[in-house]
Amino acid sequence: MADLKTRIAKRCAKEFKDGYVANLGIGLPTMVSSFLPEGVHITIQSENGFTGLEGSVERGDENVEIINAGGGYVKASPRVNYFDSATSFGIIRGGHVDATVLGAMQVDEQGNLANWIIPGKMYAGMGGAMDLVVGAKEVIITMLHQQFNKKTGVSKPKILKECNLPVTALGVVDLIITEMCVIKVTDEGLLLTELHHDFTVEDVVAATEAHLTVSPDLKPYDISE
Amino acid sequence: MANKIRTALEAIAGLQDGMTIMVAGFMGTGTPEILMDAIIEKGVKHLTVICNDGGLPRGWYSDYDTPRGTGKLLEAGVIDHIIASHVGLTPLVGQGIIDDTMECTLVPQGSLVEKIRANNFGLGGVLTPTGVGTIAAEGKMQIEIDGKMYLLEKPLRADYSLCRASVCDEFGNFLCNKTTKNFNYLMAGAADHNIIATERLVKAGELDPDTFQHSGVLVDMIVEGEKPWQI
Repeated sequence: MADLKTRIAKRCAKEFKDGYVANLGIGLPTMVSSFLPEGVHITIQSENGFTGLEGSVERGDENVEIINAGGGYVKASPRVNYFDSATSFGIIRGGHVDATVLGAMQVDEQGNLANWIIPGKMYAGMGGAMDLVVGAKEVIITMLHQQFNKKTGVSKPKILKECNLPVTALGVVDLIITEMCVIKVTDEGLLLTELHHDFTVEDVVAATEAHLTVSPDLKPYDISE
Repeated sequence: MANKIRTALEAIAGLQDGMTIMVAGFMGTGTPEILMDAIIEKGVKHLTVICNDGGLPRGWYSDYDTPRGTGKLLEAGVIDHIIASHVGLTPLVGQGIIDDTMECTLVPQGSLVEKIRANNFGLGGVLTPTGVGTIAAEGKMQIEIDGKMYLLEKPLRADYSLCRASVCDEFGNFLCNKTTKNFNYLMAGAADHNIIATERLVKAGELDPDTFQHSGVLVDMIVEGEKPWQI
């Protein structure tokens, strides 16, 4: 599982261009910053109020006044700037963040995203997710291709014809990166653009409820350095 | 010039059962802990609390056995209604909803801060694209401007705002270090009564005025004695 998440993070890192401003969700998306291609430097925005997050901090070196949006202590880069929550969400909503990377419970053919609530089960709140996916120029979803149910041992598709959980936003997802493949959300629906060598197109189709168009230019899933 | 300096209990003397308070902070960082403690000591109940999140629950830090920020109010059971963007770290909110002892209104974080800012700065609301087509749009007016849909997010009012400064002068001009700013610069001034708890209190004119990032005009009462969080 850890290997699969590393694979996804490595692939996602290739989407970033030098100079990007990015907001990375907690968990897998945070790992992306560890795998940036050589020469690509990005500025990480943290929605609790700064630009210039530089990564985790060693125990003992924590500054209690520098936390990330997950409440963890982090390191700031020399070009850090701290601001209040209105400025932070102004930066997000105003389109000043080039890319946001988040996990998802469900994504569908229209690029609709559900990643914040399971009625009756999970009641966490949307936090900054609704603002991020509406405001960021590019929304990249990084996730395992299917939902594995530990109790039943059954995997269920997360890429659906239509989300059945309450959505975070409509039509916002640009790119889906899983351990199996890369899928672009286009006006014509979902386009399979890259396939990992462990899988066949049939494997991906079987693990996906949504209709997939296979790109005539289908490429290998590239995580080489 | 009226003296704004108070003890924590003096500052919240007018806080009554059933009132609405704004509490600044993000997962406890930037929350005035001495005012949380004072509310519990005073014993007011049935509060509506506007805050980003439920703070941190007891046991979040393995070696620190206390809740933090609004987590203290949750544990003390003094909140009837929490208006927040994220309550996932504090199971007491989910439990309160299941037990029907607590109401929770979830608002997207960027909209929450704008609703507070609107009340502070005299706006009838703000128009945001955030939440269009989601549960967050329920009951809200939708307005189309130049072909794009927006939600009208109305101002949020409160009886008290409870904020935390790193440095504050005796007039109330204040500064919040690093990521302790969060909601502090929006909530101070947004309520009928605005209290700042500060780590360091200085005399007016003692520091370069450019030190301060927020105006003391927005501050009614100042309480000394905030401590840096210990880990």
